[in-house]
Amino acid sequence: MAAVATGASGLAALAARFRTCPITGLKIEAAAETLIKANAVAAVVFLAIGGALGLLVALTRWQAVHLLGPDTFYLVLTAHGINALLLWVIFFEVAVLYFASAVVLNCRLATPQLAWVAFLLMVLGSLTVNWAVLQGDSSVMFTSYVPMQASPLFYLGLILFAVGALIAVLIFFGTLVIAREEKTFEGSVPLVTFGAIAAAVIAVFTIASGAIILVPTFLWSLGYVRHIDSIMYKLVWWGMGHSSQQINVAAHVAVWYLIAAVVLGAKPISEKVGRIAFLFYLVFLPIAAAHHMLVEPGLSAEWKVFNTSYAMYLAVLGSMIHGMAVPGAIEAAQRARGYTNGVFEWLRKAPWDNPAFSGMFLSLVLFGFLGGISGVVLGAEQLNIMMHNTLYVPGHFHGTVVAGTTLAFMAVTYLVLPVIFRREVMFPKLARWQPWLFGIGVAGTSLFMLGAGTLGVSRRHWDITFADAPLGFEYPPTAFLMLGLNGIFAILAAVGGALYIVITGASVLFGARVGPEGPKTPITAAPAAAGVVGRYGSAGTLHLPGTYVLVAVFFVSFVLYYFVNWRYLSELWPMG
Amino acid sequence: MAETSEGEAPKRIPFMQRLLDNPFLLLFLGVTVPTVLYLLWGVMELSQIPVAR
Repeated sequence: MAAVATGASGLAALAARFRTCPITGLKIEAAAETLIKANAVAAVVFLAIGGALGLLVALTRWQAVHLLGPDTFYLVLTAHGINALLLWVIFFEVAVLYFASAVVLNCRLATPQLAWVAFLLMVLGSLTVNWAVLQGDSSVMFTSYVPMQASPLFYLGLILFAVGALIAVLIFFGTLVIAREEKTFEGSVPLVTFGAIAAAVIAVFTIASGAIILVPTFLWSLGYVRHIDSIMYKLVWWGMGHSSQQINVAAHVAVWYLIAAVVLGAKPISEKVGRIAFLFYLVFLPIAAAHHMLVEPGLSAEWKVFNTSYAMYLAVLGSMIHGMAVPGAIEAAQRARGYTNGVFEWLRKAPWDNPAFSGMFLSLVLFGFLGGISGVVLGAEQLNIMMHNTLYVPGHFHGTVVAGTTLAFMAVTYLVLPVIFRREVMFPKLARWQPWLFGIGVAGTSLFMLGAGTLGVSRRHWDITFADAPLGFEYPPTAFLMLGLNGIFAILAAVGGALYIVITGASVLFGARVGPEGPKTPITAAPAAAGVVGRYGSAGTLHLPGTYVLVAVFFVSFVLYYFVNWRYLSELWPMG
Repeated sequence: MAETSEGEAPKRIPFMQRLLDNPFLLLFLGVTVPTVLYLLWGVMELSQIPVAR
């Protein structure tokens, strides 16, 4: 009898740790909720730092402004890369992993105490690496190629951060086990959670590669290891450096599905096909790191061509499937709600005044057209020779990581605020503008860096006029125009980014609390359907004429741009 | 194994579904394939470069 009473009180205590979200109907555990909040807040803090530093970089590369001196420029560029490419996205991704497991699957988070240890290690690592960079003796940039040597604290900070992130990823897998054991879901996990699994798997490979290369480099900086081979370092480092951006891709695609589900009640066109696309990601996407090694001697043509032109393209196929599946899911949901006139009524009458939706859709379009197409061009060995180590590379990853990932994470924040922080979004009119300002700004920076890179402008170069160099070189005037336009659009992106920081910060600190009836400004166009985010199931229709037109526009652009670059290549070495 | 009511033959779960429903198998695949194709293959090729004298 006593055992029954104890069991009943245990169940009651367990139930008391959960609340039911009035917006999605999902059960949210208090410990998971607090950890999601902590990681999301840390992410936004590092985005603010990384974004501000990015503006300084762009204003320095704008030759007419040329804001920073050379030493400060390389310090700021290093800190910008670390904060924006690593700390912001990984902290946010940990929040996404906890959300996609504990919240979407209605279960408790595995070992919350250990999750706090992971969080503290990540914070300690972040502060350490930033401290090391600010000392001025670790301006080795994000890639930290040897034989350039940073202070030991730089590598130690990265290692601490990586250990914390690895623990968080393992907690995610532990939470999946709990959800299955406690039967908090039926059948297969929903696609949002499956996308998070892909992100977590890539994270394990990323962190393992980081451990293989950063631990000996740390010992080298302390003097315990005599020599690190520079090309071997580069190979293994990109296993971490590029794959860390692939965690982003898998995570932000999962976020696209999540936003479409919560805002419109959209189900994937086909869960099976969506899962296969994520399978392509988790197996082949990390291999795309090979495009950074395409001009290196010592690696065979077989290694280069197989890893880029074969394996990487299977990951690209995954992206193209998602690129059709997400607008397709939205179209199917909108048509089911009665927006069936013509080809595009579903799109015209989409909830564009909801920043979660507009940010997600912009992220989808910009990621595909800018980040995606330029990635395929960089992955073709022959074309790569024109753009390798030029501004084309930052142009590409500002299309993927900033226009794609950062914008998607900004968009989902407008759902996280009422669902997890239980706060109304403050300044709703500004919030409507925010994704557009940031998205257009970042699209411009990506586009003009791609343009400057096509003209051969080096990345990471303080002064392309070569003012006091013994051997001069003149870039065409268009290159200077490109860098000027890059600077102007960077200011626009910085305004959009600052608005995001102000809106989220003010909402978390001063926003009105969301009551049991849900937020005053509705965030779901189909409130009763928002719960589909937590269920496995497909839309069950292929009547998607608008999506087919969008996909056709994408393919035509893709083919034209690809062949334009082959034309450029034919002009690289004039014959005769 | 899918649950069945009495008298029914057990439902056969397709291979791909079983693969995709097992996160630890996915973890194995996702770590092994890039490790072999990118890291190990690359390291083997680089380690064959003769040391300059």
